[in-house]
Amino acid sequence: MNETNANSGALATWSNRGKDFLRRTRVTRRRLAVLLAVIGPGLITSNVDNDAGGISVYTQTGAQFGYTMLWSLIPMTIALYVSGEMCARMGVVTGKGLSDLIREEFGFRSTFFVMVAALAVDLCNTVAEFAGIAASMQIFGVSKYISVPLAAVAVWFLVVRGSYSQVEKIFLVACGFYITYIVSAVLAKPDWLLAAKETVAPTLHFSTEYFLMLTALVGTTIAPWQFFYMQAGFVEKHVGAKQYKHARLDVILGSISCMIIVFFIIVCCAATLNKNGLTNITDAAQAATALTPLAGKWASYLFAFGLLNASLFAASILPLSTAHVICEGLGFEAGLDRKVKEAPAFYGLYTGLLVVGGGIILLPRAPLFKILILSQVANGVWLPVVLIFILLLINRRDLMGDHTNSWGFNLVAWATSIVMIILTLILVYTAIAQPSGTELSGAWFHWLHWP
Amino acid sequence: MLHATEVLGANAVDSLGNFVGRVKEMFVEPADQPNRVAKLMLSRGQYRPLIARHDQVAFVAPGKVRLCTEESELELYKPNEAWLAVGKDLLDQQIIDTNGRKVVRVNDIDLDEVQIDGNVELRITQVDVGLPGAVRRLLQGVVPPMGIRRIQEKLPPRKIRWEFVNLIEADPLRRVKLRLTSERLAALHPADLAEIIGELSPDERQGIVASLDEETAAETIAELDDRLQTQVVEGLDAETAADIIEEMSPDAAADLMSHLEPEKSKEVFEEMEHREAADVRELLRFEADSAGGMMNTEVVVVGEEATRGEVVDYIQFHEIAPDQLDNVVLLNKDAGFSGTVPIGRLLLADADQRMSELIFEPLLSVTADASDKDVFELFDKYNLRSLTVVNAEKHPIGTITVDDVVSKLQEKLA
Repeated sequence: MNETNANSGALATWSNRGKDFLRRTRVTRRRLAVLLAVIGPGLITSNVDNDAGGISVYTQTGAQFGYTMLWSLIPMTIALYVSGEMCARMGVVTGKGLSDLIREEFGFRSTFFVMVAALAVDLCNTVAEFAGIAASMQIFGVSKYISVPLAAVAVWFLVVRGSYSQVEKIFLVACGFYITYIVSAVLAKPDWLLAAKETVAPTLHFSTEYFLMLTALVGTTIAPWQFFYMQAGFVEKHVGAKQYKHARLDVILGSISCMIIVFFIIVCCAATLNKNGLTNITDAAQAATALTPLAGKWASYLFAFGLLNASLFAASILPLSTAHVICEGLGFEAGLDRKVKEAPAFYGLYTGLLVVGGGIILLPRAPLFKILILSQVANGVWLPVVLIFILLLINRRDLMGDHTNSWGFNLVAWATSIVMIILTLILVYTAIAQPSGTELSGAWFHWLHWP
Repeated sequence: MLHATEVLGANAVDSLGNFVGRVKEMFVEPADQPNRVAKLMLSRGQYRPLIARHDQVAFVAPGKVRLCTEESELELYKPNEAWLAVGKDLLDQQIIDTNGRKVVRVNDIDLDEVQIDGNVELRITQVDVGLPGAVRRLLQGVVPPMGIRRIQEKLPPRKIRWEFVNLIEADPLRRVKLRLTSERLAALHPADLAEIIGELSPDERQGIVASLDEETAAETIAELDDRLQTQVVEGLDAETAADIIEEMSPDAAADLMSHLEPEKSKEVFEEMEHREAADVRELLRFEADSAGGMMNTEVVVVGEEATRGEVVDYIQFHEIAPDQLDNVVLLNKDAGFSGTVPIGRLLLADADQRMSELIFEPLLSVTADASDKDVFELFDKYNLRSLTVVNAEKHPIGTITVDDVVSKLQEKLA
């Protein structure tokens, strides 16, 4: 009798353990499901950052300055995280997009000018993405007259015909393709020790070129349009205040993975182009071609494929995000769940951006490289304006409640804005004054003398 | 006709022609009269703003306001939650157009001037959500007013009459103070209302749900997607949530409960009536992707030997809702499932025809643990509109209707 009792007791414990285990796995699965449901906007946005213009700037950085600018990646990761996190937090807490908030708090006229500026800057960027598509496909021997229209049509159909979750899955896969750059870098056999050293213990240079390159680097890594997209992404996924920590994790993952890619691109170019004296590389496509004799055909192809992926990826998101932002701010109907007839402004803007963006590239003597640079400069100029709007909004207690910025956040964010304003002013000054003492040999200044 | 943006910022002078201040804000007192601008707030730089009542205003034109009293007669401004601020609460904000069933953003507000005993009262007639309002906002102060009006006339207007405007106020207390009713919202189809709610921010969503009656709230929440459903219900206190969930059909309620955090669903269950809670718990035993997880337990069950007349009497007596009346499930003498009779056949039958004569062929049923795929296949193959679910003893326990199948398929597609 006693024996049976003991037995059944043991059995009960076992089955309890089993139940406990099952429950725990269920809880973990549930948590994972919640996490996966939230993740996306941050990761996608940060990676789209490494778009055609971005990759060109990273390439030049590596080619011209070798490993010496790697130190800037750590402060930039922090700036990227801080600015992205603010948008995520704003989206999660208020449940409203950035353009909605600007409209509600700053009125119609401010919104209108923000939207016009956003349209202009985003158009520049869209053109740059198509330039990236054209350039990378040329390496594979495809003419831009074929690749660009084909890409534009493909992007249009993907976005208009696909559902949000399908599109997001495709985008997440595109994030994965950035690994090609890591492979390229490994194939280039860089001096890892030196790279690591330059990342944490920098040797600073003080030349105009160095500063200008730095401006471009920051301007391309922290792109202003991404804030609108990221915030809208979290709002559209109905991420609530409860899931804020998942959203923040998404932003952290995004910022770090973005910077890892930047690191490998710069390292790849430093180990090959810079080491062999090819410092005057003007864009990513040229870099890809120059890689062949130095690191092998595959490194070159992978580099070009990475550029194509990045350009296509950004070309899908940028016009869409722009159309969304503008329509929402100005009160036109927007969204892919609307029919063309219901939201003519939205579809008109979206299609218009693709057509004009692709069309400019098809002009027979389009200065692709200058367009890329112009887009980065436009970003750099536009960034502080957007950041200031974000800072004004996020510190409003009536909007954010207890979720306003801590002083540390404010410090980093204001510092980023002020540094960007200073760098931009230097850039504009250089463009206008063309100081005779400095030799503007870096290819990236050619746009200043354009046409 | 005037526009709110032409009055806001206008210079106000008193009856002696002295400058008093600039119109900073216009207030409506909905408790008094829902469309009348009851008060103008006049700001005076560093001094406390003054309030001009509607009966103290003699004349209003774009950029100009003349009062019919002296400055000393005006009261000082004190904030009041029961006043609707045209500039802050309405302009640039989102509202619900209950006629067009959409969330829209206000560009401007049209005001009519009504002459009463030598005063001018401003009445809100429509809100402008289209291009003309946008253009005016952009060009005001840059292009002369007549020029703006000329441009505006060429643009297609998009306006919503004031009666159809539903303000989105997140704070339930302020909703009451502003006398915001949700009658017009409740009159919308739950699916439309759900779509509107989906576009709002979480606080606003909660505010709207709180203002709806339980039945409307239940129908609307049932139409939301899973994630929003969970968010909305987790934002309610357990008692309110229980009251709303009791109004839902058991299958919708079970679906919702299965998505809630375990603690929340426990709390809600405790607040629910025992019978309803038991029904929902019963359904929760089934996997979501099985026939049991899709079925609805509110079914009309009658003996196979009953006549058409008896069945109709039964339905009338129990006041069974039409949306549960796709068909009637039949039992044999052992209380086992013996078939179904579609309501169409019942309608066309004679009063004394027995149910067994009207049975729908082929005789189909599934067990509760059948997979959703099997269910889809049966519906597709036999062009079913409903299918009976039975337990191991062949007793009918529920029905799957074609709308359940469509929702499930849609969910799988997304």
